[in-house]
Amino acid sequence: MSAVTFDHVSRHFGAVKAVDGVSLDIAEGEFFAMLGPSGSGKTTCLRLIAGFERPTAGNIRIFGDPVQNLPPYKRNVNTVFQDYALFPHLNVIDNVAYGLMIAGQGRRQRHAAAEEALELVRLSGYGARKPSELSGGQRQRVALARALVNKPRVLLLDEPLGALDLRLREQMQEELKSLQRQLRITFVFVTHDQGEALSMADRVAVFDHGQIIQTGTPEDIYFRPEVPFVADFVGSSNVLPEALVARLTGESRPASIRPERLKLAAEGPLRARVTGLSFLGLATRVSLEAGDTRLTCLLPQDAARPAEGEDVALDWEPGDLHMMKAGA
Amino acid sequence: MSMVRTEAIPPQERGAGIGTRISDVLWRHPAVLIVLLLLPPALWLGIIYLGSLFALLVQSFFSIDHFTGLIRYEFTLDTYAELFRPSNFDIILRTVTMAICVSLASAAISFPIAYFAARYARGAWRALFYLGIMMPLWSSYLVKIYAWKLILAKEGILTWALQGLHLEWLLDAFLALPVIGGNSLSVSTTGTFIVFVYVWLPFMVLPIQAALERVPTSMLEASGDLGARPGQTFRHVLLPLALPGVIAGSIFTFSLTLGDYIIPQIIGTSRLFIGQAVYQHQGIAGNIPLAAAFAVVPILIMGVYLWIAKRMGAFDAL
Repeated sequence: MSAVTFDHVSRHFGAVKAVDGVSLDIAEGEFFAMLGPSGSGKTTCLRLIAGFERPTAGNIRIFGDPVQNLPPYKRNVNTVFQDYALFPHLNVIDNVAYGLMIAGQGRRQRHAAAEEALELVRLSGYGARKPSELSGGQRQRVALARALVNKPRVLLLDEPLGALDLRLREQMQEELKSLQRQLRITFVFVTHDQGEALSMADRVAVFDHGQIIQTGTPEDIYFRPEVPFVADFVGSSNVLPEALVARLTGESRPASIRPERLKLAAEGPLRARVTGLSFLGLATRVSLEAGDTRLTCLLPQDAARPAEGEDVALDWEPGDLHMMKAGA
Repeated sequence: MSMVRTEAIPPQERGAGIGTRISDVLWRHPAVLIVLLLLPPALWLGIIYLGSLFALLVQSFFSIDHFTGLIRYEFTLDTYAELFRPSNFDIILRTVTMAICVSLASAAISFPIAYFAARYARGAWRALFYLGIMMPLWSSYLVKIYAWKLILAKEGILTWALQGLHLEWLLDAFLALPVIGGNSLSVSTTGTFIVFVYVWLPFMVLPIQAALERVPTSMLEASGDLGARPGQTFRHVLLPLALPGVIAGSIFTFSLTLGDYIIPQIIGTSRLFIGQAVYQHQGIAGNIPLAAAFAVVPILIMGVYLWIAKRMGAFDAL
């Protein structure tokens, strides 16, 4: 059964089409990522599921029930907010138990459940503290526990890792992933970080200008982008324009090629000039210009490095050139 | 372009004026600067402000000789005991009750206004809000009170408007009520109450608005997300977070009502409020000790009030 279904859903703010005719289908138990640059409509989609926004057109279903006329407090979904939105006047245990208190549970019962949820996010014993006494990562976990304690059927996460530093973010990514496997709740995760989306999600929807550009598994999105935007935004892949591809293959369609699949060779179908080199640790990134087209190539650290300004030839295996949809 | 040749000046000789030398001394001794800056306000606060308050406090421990009308400069608690005589204690009760009612009504009226201003008003609406709230403060306090006297008088615009609506019977029924009624609104306790609320309202709206402005929208959304209906969100999230603002506003409305003697003088019954009692005792009656004792009452009440507010956790979210 589908957990969340969008049927041609739009949310317009005056002339601004924040979400424009989006249809999607999120399966039960799935870890679904909405990926896109800021202003692409992904957060508005999440808010439509939560009920903070109402669609101007289209239907939204949660487990088959139409919800577009249901206020947030009547939906069986919970949200982890980008700024966590913990209540500053309540301590951690009362924050976590808030939903249960609203549901009318007694003090002892809800505190026991909240303590259990805190254990789940490895914060047992922190109940008496105020949110202001916690670090960013701890607040994030409290926000997670506060949502999970209500046993939602869908958990919505709005860029929950955005405010954390890199190390903590990587750690939380793994924890979220294992938590999702353990609880088997449908996770809908909004992020602008392609690495995060690809590493965590079962399926990814790429948003741009209020529309879904492509939906697929991380491998689909990464290796088989359908349009240049996806190739560029998600994979930082090289996008070859139609004219160039026509010259190389005879087909008038844009194509993409992964930087690590591009090879510097003595002979090759494409000639380019080296415009910059940067050291990345595992590899060296070579910036290239082939006419008007900018390309990047990742060289293994043991490969011979060209000099800046040098003219080089580029080569690749035939299967590495991925053809995309024309006219996009 | 012409080249300008500059002579190198040794740093010691650069700008040897008196201002520069003072600046140099202050830069080397920052403590001197702090003392210079704080000395005038500290003197003002310490001597003129707290000193006069202390003098007032001392007066309240003296008493008056009822035969000669002279003040006896001996320490006694008799004057305070006099406050508990029914005629005096009535005044205190009446004033405190009025201050409580005025604060509650101000808070109830202010909250929706402040909420709208904090959450929805942008641009021109926001300017209009500030103008609407502040403008009554720009005109004279006395003018406003006399204007209200005319509005509330028997021949005033309110009666006229109610006559036009054939609702005069409603006003008459209200005025027939004991305690809060009277001959007309301008000579009733209700009239005093209305004018108090009108005059102090800005002092309640602005702190509440400032408090609500600090509550992020996501906090209210989170509450709804966790199952709370709007009423529950108000009770469990919005009100607790706005409480410091409500308390701050009520400190104004409460203490200003406790001390005011002009509004009940012009609008209302002949029954006294604390401010009027102080005025009469120190003026016509010449009973400075009793006037001082009366003046101490609002200070004590406010002290107790703040202590209770703190105990209730009103300042926890600050």
